[in-house]
Amino acid sequence: MFKKTLDISSSPHIYKGRSTDDIMKNVVWALLPVVGFSVYSFGWNALWVIATATLACVLTEHVLCKLSKKETTVQDYSALITGLLLGLTLPPIFPLWMAFVGGVIGIALGKYVFGGLGYNVFNPALVGRAVLQAAFPVAITTWHPAFLADRFSTVSGSVFTWPFMQPQFDAISGATPLSAFKFDGITASTAELAFGQISGSTGETCAILIALGGVYLIARNMMSWRIPAAVLLSAFVLSGLLYVINSEVYPSPFFMLFSGGLMLGAVFMATDMVSSPITPIGLWIYGGIIGILTIVIRIWSGLPEGVMYSILLANAISPHIDKVIQNRVYGTSRKIKTI
Amino acid sequence: MALFNFHKNTFKHGIHPPESKDETRGLPIRQFPFSPVIILPMAQHIGTPSEIVVREGQEVVRGELLAKAVGYLSVPMHAPVSGIIRKIANVPTISGKMSPGIYLETFPSSTQEVLEGKPIDPDTATAEEILQGIQDAGIVGLGGAAFPTHVKLKVPEGKKCETLLINGIECEPYLTTDHRVMLEQESDIFTGIKYLLKATGAGKAIIGIEANKQDAADHLARHIPEDLPVSIKVLPVKYPQGAEKMLVTSVLQKEVPSQGFPIEVGVVVVNVATTAEIGRLLPHGSGIQERVITIAGPGVKKKGNYRIPVGTPLRFVLEHVGVDEDITEVYMGGPMMGVAVSNLDISIVKGTSGILVFTGKDVSQPSKTYPCIKCGACLDACPILLNPSKLGILAKFEAYDEMARDFHLMDCFECGSCTYVCPSHIPLVQYFRLAKRVVRKRQAEKKEEEVNV
Ligand code: SF4
Ligand code: SF4
Repeated sequence: MFKKTLDISSSPHIYKGRSTDDIMKNVVWALLPVVGFSVYSFGWNALWVIATATLACVLTEHVLCKLSKKETTVQDYSALITGLLLGLTLPPIFPLWMAFVGGVIGIALGKYVFGGLGYNVFNPALVGRAVLQAAFPVAITTWHPAFLADRFSTVSGSVFTWPFMQPQFDAISGATPLSAFKFDGITASTAELAFGQISGSTGETCAILIALGGVYLIARNMMSWRIPAAVLLSAFVLSGLLYVINSEVYPSPFFMLFSGGLMLGAVFMATDMVSSPITPIGLWIYGGIIGILTIVIRIWSGLPEGVMYSILLANAISPHIDKVIQNRVYGTSRKIKTI
Repeated sequence: MALFNFHKNTFKHGIHPPESKDETRGLPIRQFPFSPVIILPMAQHIGTPSEIVVREGQEVVRGELLAKAVGYLSVPMHAPVSGIIRKIANVPTISGKMSPGIYLETFPSSTQEVLEGKPIDPDTATAEEILQGIQDAGIVGLGGAAFPTHVKLKVPEGKKCETLLINGIECEPYLTTDHRVMLEQESDIFTGIKYLLKATGAGKAIIGIEANKQDAADHLARHIPEDLPVSIKVLPVKYPQGAEKMLVTSVLQKEVPSQGFPIEVGVVVVNVATTAEIGRLLPHGSGIQERVITIAGPGVKKKGNYRIPVGTPLRFVLEHVGVDEDITEVYMGGPMMGVAVSNLDISIVKGTSGILVFTGKDVSQPSKTYPCIKCGACLDACPILLNPSKLGILAKFEAYDEMARDFHLMDCFECGSCTYVCPSHIPLVQYFRLAKRVVRKRQAEKKEEEVNV
């Protein structure tokens, strides 16, 4: 009457049934509206840039897996996310060959050398972005106005620069609100910023869509709400304080919150689970560091934008935060581990 | 992770697996038929196995002593049926090992009258007499732990028991035995509480029940005897609230110290089915012969709550309730902490709270594991507030001593919540079980060395 052998497995015998690739897939869903808006505001240029970066990342992941004779890991969607994120941080008229290089470097140096998914210390997309920034300082800070009438009919010549050639940029290029503020002291209105009526990297301009993507992921319990909360709160408080002290010199905290890559960074970059701490208190510290550093760099350094460096730095600190900050174990009173 | 986490009336963290109790919660307890052969391993409880006092060929009456307790951390065993001792030999157990035991052949025509012993009067008996009576009745924790109840009830020198907590949580999915016992055996439960209050010296008793058993809570509340200091606390549904430490925190907002027992905060916790069994047996001086078990799962035809004689072979149970052709997994206990059975020739023991049968298509074994992505889901699930992610990484490197020293491995009570939530399907609790075993062994070796020096 019965089968001869029964399967034996170790308890628990039931599972929540949500896997890592589900989470990754949902991050992709949450990013798609941002990509959509980017294409809508910057035209085909942006699509080319994002698609190239994504292709580079996925391809690199696949090739590296094959080279090391392992099963390919592209189906876990993490390389796809890295590619989309990298593409979204680049200027819309960025030369494609450079975007491709960024993708290759992001996956190879930012992820693969550490051992692949789960082991990377830094957010791979930002590693790619940082290398591009160092290698091509002009191209990566050459912005382009949004909503140009011809954005769906022509593609900027600089996009198709031959590999290893420096691009010739068209005459019209738009300053981002942050650089306009930094170098000319002009601030854009919060509404313009929130709804993306501005220039900037392909994916950072519409703060509202980015925030909605974050809300979606948080509601589905696929993202830590603490990180964006900590980043935005600390940035807001610090810039608000400065604004109160001297509103002549310092921009309003709302401008700071909605301009540049802060929203994109807070919602989609800093929240990379692998490169952020794991305990709730650790997450607050980590987010706080990013928010404060961003404002400090924006105001006191020579750079207009500091989100990328802040997150990379916080990534580097994150393992140490985890070492020091542990949850208080039930039935004990110890909160911080003495090393 | 809940955005707002008010810890009122519950412990921190925990999980919400599907309850899967609807199919059996409404089914009254039914008496199971007697199997032609009863197989009784002597190691059914934590502690020293019982020592057989009968010989092959001897005729025994239901309730008669078959094996006596060996020392304090041990309980005796009684005949679950009237019959003849066919063989004294090694019998299969769930661990896969053979263990000394008894094959008892049931008399088919016997009326199965239960032999009565020396009754214990709750009003006149002393605490010591009650504890002795509980040991003599062979009572162990029926929630699944099978720890000898009289040992647990013994309040250590210098400690005081203020509250007796009756555990009616039954947080494991599928299981509905405690639920039915609370609905059907209220007078046994209150009699049991009377004994337990006296045995522990506690001033009051609180019955903790999860909100999915509101009917049981209402039923008990209606029947509380006037002279008994009992109250009922309904708690939000959350796994693993049935764990002693979690229940203490949920009901009394106190934390049991790490590696300690509830008595350190003045509490003794007893499972509700165990309480009912004490109330049922002690007035007659008889021993445990049977227990209530939920039989459920997608592969079972006649699901239900049954009172089944201890020692009934699993094969007989499954043949009686009827199971699908293509069953692939059978668990003893709940799906979160229960043990998968490899061999249907083992039998029901005192600690068996449920039998769950799954067919291939219902088993939700995750297919692929990913590396830990540090999502923190396991931290948010662990009721002991451990860091399973870190522990899991250390386990891979076999850094067991570091796990125990720096990350409180030994506080893990293997509830499985971390594995349940892990999106990367890392077998965390499986690692921890192994790690704990290694650490315990090393500690024992170390002690031995110290003694020898
Ligand atoms: S099995 Fe151990 S580590 Fe995992 S959730 Fe339960 S107590 Fe925590
Ligand atoms: S739930 Fe799994 S993947 Fe997430 S942190 Fe814990 S071990 Fe890592």
